[in-house]
Amino acid sequence: MTLGLAVATPVFGLITQPVSVAHYLVVGAIMFVCGIVCMAMKRNALGVLMGIELVLNGANVNFVAFASPYLQGEGSRSLGLDGQVIALFVILLAAAEAAVALAITLNFYNNHATVDVDRADDLKG
Amino acid sequence: MDLSTQLPQLLGLAWLMPLASFVLILFFGPKMGHHGRNAAWVATAAIVTSLVLSLVAFVSWLGAHPVSAGHHGGDHGAAHAEDHADAAGHVAGEHGSDAWHAAGGHAAAGHGPIAYSGDWYTLYEGGRLRLSIGWYIDSLTILMFVVVTFIATCIHVYASGYMHDELHDVTDHEVTLTDGHHLHRPGRFPRFFQALSLFCFSMLGIVIAGNLAMVFIFWELVGICSWFLIGFYYERKSASNAANKAFIVNRVGDFGMLIGLMALWGALGTLQFADSSVPGADGHAVTKPGLFSLVRPADHGHALRVPDGMVEFAAAEKVAHTPPAEVAGKVDAWRAEGFGRWLLFIAGVGIFCGCVGKSAQFPLFVWLPDAMEGPTPVSALVHSATMVAAGVYLVGRFFPVLTPDVLLVIAYVGAITLFIAATIALVANDIKRVLAYSTVSQLGYMMLALGVGGWAAGLFHLVTHAFFKSLLFLCSGSVIHACHTNDMRKMGGLARVMPYTAGTMLVGCLAIIGAGIPFVIGLSGYYSKDSILAQALSFAQANPRHTILFYAVAGGAALTAFYMFRLWFMTFAGEPRDHHVAEHAHESPQVMVMPLLVLAVLAVVAGWTLPGGFGIANLLEQSRPAGTVETAVGGFAFGQTLTIPAEHLSHGEPFHSTATWTAFATALGGVLLAAAMYVWRVISPAAVAAMFRPVYSFLANRWYFDELYHALFVVPAHGLAAVASGIDQGLIDPFINFLAWTTRQVAGIDAWIDRTFVDGLVNATANATWTLGNELKRLQTGSLRQYVTFIVVGTVALFVIASLFFRQALAG
Repeated sequence: MTLGLAVATPVFGLITQPVSVAHYLVVGAIMFVCGIVCMAMKRNALGVLMGIELVLNGANVNFVAFASPYLQGEGSRSLGLDGQVIALFVILLAAAEAAVALAITLNFYNNHATVDVDRADDLKG
Repeated sequence: MDLSTQLPQLLGLAWLMPLASFVLILFFGPKMGHHGRNAAWVATAAIVTSLVLSLVAFVSWLGAHPVSAGHHGGDHGAAHAEDHADAAGHVAGEHGSDAWHAAGGHAAAGHGPIAYSGDWYTLYEGGRLRLSIGWYIDSLTILMFVVVTFIATCIHVYASGYMHDELHDVTDHEVTLTDGHHLHRPGRFPRFFQALSLFCFSMLGIVIAGNLAMVFIFWELVGICSWFLIGFYYERKSASNAANKAFIVNRVGDFGMLIGLMALWGALGTLQFADSSVPGADGHAVTKPGLFSLVRPADHGHALRVPDGMVEFAAAEKVAHTPPAEVAGKVDAWRAEGFGRWLLFIAGVGIFCGCVGKSAQFPLFVWLPDAMEGPTPVSALVHSATMVAAGVYLVGRFFPVLTPDVLLVIAYVGAITLFIAATIALVANDIKRVLAYSTVSQLGYMMLALGVGGWAAGLFHLVTHAFFKSLLFLCSGSVIHACHTNDMRKMGGLARVMPYTAGTMLVGCLAIIGAGIPFVIGLSGYYSKDSILAQALSFAQANPRHTILFYAVAGGAALTAFYMFRLWFMTFAGEPRDHHVAEHAHESPQVMVMPLLVLAVLAVVAGWTLPGGFGIANLLEQSRPAGTVETAVGGFAFGQTLTIPAEHLSHGEPFHSTATWTAFATALGGVLLAAAMYVWRVISPAAVAAMFRPVYSFLANRWYFDELYHALFVVPAHGLAAVASGIDQGLIDPFINFLAWTTRQVAGIDAWIDRTFVDGLVNATANATWTLGNELKRLQTGSLRQYVTFIVVGTVALFVIASLFFRQALAG
């Protein structure tokens, strides 16, 4: 109960505030948690892949949010685009990863005639 | 080609051929045809090549030094001087490699022998010791080469027939295993010819040797070969015992020989027979005098003289108190006092000791009859051309160094041997044993002949004996081959079924007893035995105290005739005594008969002197050691002066005719007695044996020599061995066992610690790891969703832990 209050109080407090970096971070966190839950709950492999996309993009939102000019220190010499560049890398990697993961899924379907990840327990110890 | 380079090459090659055959058969023997059948061809080819090379050497020798009668004059001076001139131009042979004595007819006492010597290879050189493989070639060497290779050839041919049993698996009926069966073993055909080849090589090595060290090397090789061959059927207890006996008895003699070698080397610093040329301090070749010229210096008329080295060695105390510069001048005075003469005596007797062992002289003759355990071709080879001949040959070769006292020892040893062996042969019933004792007896003859100064007579008898004794042995082998028994009491009447064997054996018997028409013609033994008798008579006349030596020779001749014809009559004459044996008997195959015929011819003619003077006796005269042409007087060891009469005196009257008649009469008497007992049966052998029962059993038990030696040497040796073994088992073994027990206990404790603690720790670790792994395995469910959950939970947990426990650090 106390833990719930401790989390809930600042989150709900944000609603009354003007939009800031913290709001982006909350959105990113919600996306991340949704992605994690999707990965952990979905039995369909494609659903799992979607969860992964959510996780990655939640992280991307965070990167971009942390790149906010409000967070730059005085006299910073950077272009202030670090977060955006990293987000671009992540998108790139996500594309590559999706290609590989889809190929694995396709192969898995060929072998098992299903995309249920619960059936993918061949590596069981 | 120059004779001094040609002869060593020819004879060296002839010497090495059997070695090549030995090596070939050693490595490839079993692959030579079925069961190594072709090994016989390899060995025979090698020995035939040796024979041909020896004959070539013989012919070239005759071409350069024609043999003629009346050799005692100075007529060889010219030929000799010419040889010497040859030597000057001969690079490898250096100065001393030719005739070892400076120039023929130079000294008053007469000419030296024609001899070539030199070294092929120096084995070792250090201090005063120089060991080399070299040659000393004179007519005796060449003659021995021809005889040895010839007889060996005959024996090789004969053995390739005789040993055919070894070509397939053999069941040895004389060996019973513990399970009651007879021994069954693979044939050993190649092994036999391998040993035979090595035997020939060793014997030829002794003959060609240029120094005593080399003689000794090959002497021992001959010993080991005899061990191989006598013990050929080594599964038989008797054969392995006989082989050991031959080897050990020979070692006893060789010990004496070593003493002799040390006496010579220690005092004289050389073992070379002839003068040799060695690199001096300044690099120029220096002539180093050999034994012969040290003992018989040319400037002393080749008369025997104690060498300076021995005098100084014996008078070492006086030398120590004399200024070095004056030593040389006083040597003659010391020599006159008698210093060194004992050393020379010991050297001679020592070398003779080796010959006693090898040539089966009293008291070391006991091995030879036992050596009959070997296959018969081996007996033939051992008894004629190799092994026993080596001893007589060495005495002949070493003759110039032997003092009159040593010669007297040799003569008496020979006389005793000849008498003992002849008496034992009278009653022996084993055909090979009769021949064995006859060999011992004949060797006694040779030694006696050498001992009384009959250098040529002794060696002449060695050669003629080689022919007829190998003939007799091969004949006996043929008989044994036919009858499958050695016992003469089971034979008889074999002349009808084995005409060739009977005829050739009769020739052999006639030759060994010296049959002939007095003064006209005779078989080979007639000439050699007569010359021995004549020399013994001459010696007896010069030294009346030693007349007994002549009686020994004459009595021995009668005994020889008796036992040889007893053998022949019992085997071939009369009616068969055992029908079982007689039915089986058959003439031997041609490959065995041919050597018999060839040897029979030689047993007849070997002693003849052709009208031109060519003959073995005259050939030997070419090698007569310098200084033995004249009658020699000397002797100190036995408190009396000995006269060694010159040998040519014995060819004259009255010795010659007396000796001839004595030999004829004694031989005839022996033959007639044998005929009376075994053919006409006028006298019953059994009655005679009964009448002289003690004597008969004494002889039948071989004078109890084996028992005597058993009691004197074997039993104490066994006792000593038992004591040693008692100490070993009662004292040393318990101590060692205690040490072992202690070590074992300590090791037990160590093992317990190891198992309990070290292993326990390792096992516990392994177990823990194993259990942990098993537990953790359950987490690996393979379910992706679960993994994701774990990752999330884990990450959150890490954050929680970090925020709870590392708050300070995070804040910091």
